[in-house]
Amino acid sequence: MRIAMTYTRLRAEERLLLDAFEALGVEVNPIDLREVVFDPAEPGEWATYDAVIDRSVSLTNALTATRILESMGVRCINPAAAIELCSDKLSTTLALIRAGVPTPGVRVATGGEAALRAVETVGYPAVLKPTIGSWGRLVARVNDRDAAEAIIEHRETLGSIQQGVFYVQEHIDKPGRDIRVFVVGGEAIAAIVRTSAHWVTNTARGATAAGLPISPELREICVRSVAAVGADIAAVDILECPRRGLLVNELNHSMEFRNSITTSAVDIPAIVARHAVRIAESARVSQAVPA
Amino acid sequence: MSIASTITAACPECDAPVAFDRAPLNGQIARCPDCSAELEVTSTNPVTLELAPEVEEDWGE
Repeated sequence: MRIAMTYTRLRAEERLLLDAFEALGVEVNPIDLREVVFDPAEPGEWATYDAVIDRSVSLTNALTATRILESMGVRCINPAAAIELCSDKLSTTLALIRAGVPTPGVRVATGGEAALRAVETVGYPAVLKPTIGSWGRLVARVNDRDAAEAIIEHRETLGSIQQGVFYVQEHIDKPGRDIRVFVVGGEAIAAIVRTSAHWVTNTARGATAAGLPISPELREICVRSVAAVGADIAAVDILECPRRGLLVNELNHSMEFRNSITTSAVDIPAIVARHAVRIAESARVSQAVPA
Repeated sequence: MSIASTITAACPECDAPVAFDRAPLNGQIARCPDCSAELEVTSTNPVTLELAPEVEEDWGE
């Protein structure tokens, strides 16, 4: 069996995954996408892989590679469609709504005046997020109309075209923490809670993490949300709303987990590697069947 | 028990030696123990390091 791991920066997660594959006795070829020239009409060596696990920190690289590889018939983990749905917050919201998965209320506008109306509809405080981005970057809690006007004007004037999509989320008065659940192969394998005095509870922004037992209710909402985006492997961010209960806030298609292994006491890379091997095995069997 | 040989490369920021306990891969991220600069392995034979790029807009998980 042959598996490749595409990446753009080799972080602790990628090394942990390579070690986990090695422990299973599976050869995995790490490929730095920044050095690759694709010929979409000629799969070449790519056709020899039973599966490619993408671990690009750059979304653009991840989507470019997985779109081309899937068109060549290579099974990608995660699939390009799942990466698209997870990476764009609007796409995630739409997928969750279609699947009937509880998620915070959102208003979307593409013009400045409409964006202000969207904020006022949601009410203060509201949360303005770029549709693409991670680690809490440029996420703003808007407490009043003055702040809303300022942020909207700044986004329109200084931001990229992408920043002109105003994704306004209702602020969830969560209990100073949020929950992250790791879902692999349709199973919720580990969960942590991230606690912070700051309203942004990303560990990238200084939140502290602890392990959390997975209740049946938590398991169900997480597994459903990952199924809604078609991801093989994803981390689900959950907010606890005092009024509506568990809400899916975001899904992460290329999850970071280095600090969650000890916290959750679950060998996340080993489980991810085993699942990737299962996918590669079944992809190989299906390729072997004559048309 | 044999003692693993350590691979080192100079930090491009402060010239301190940055050690790897096994052969690093291209694109691997390391941190200088002296100046804390975030570094990226840009070649593996010999190992050379450059300052890692700043976070870009489409980076994330």
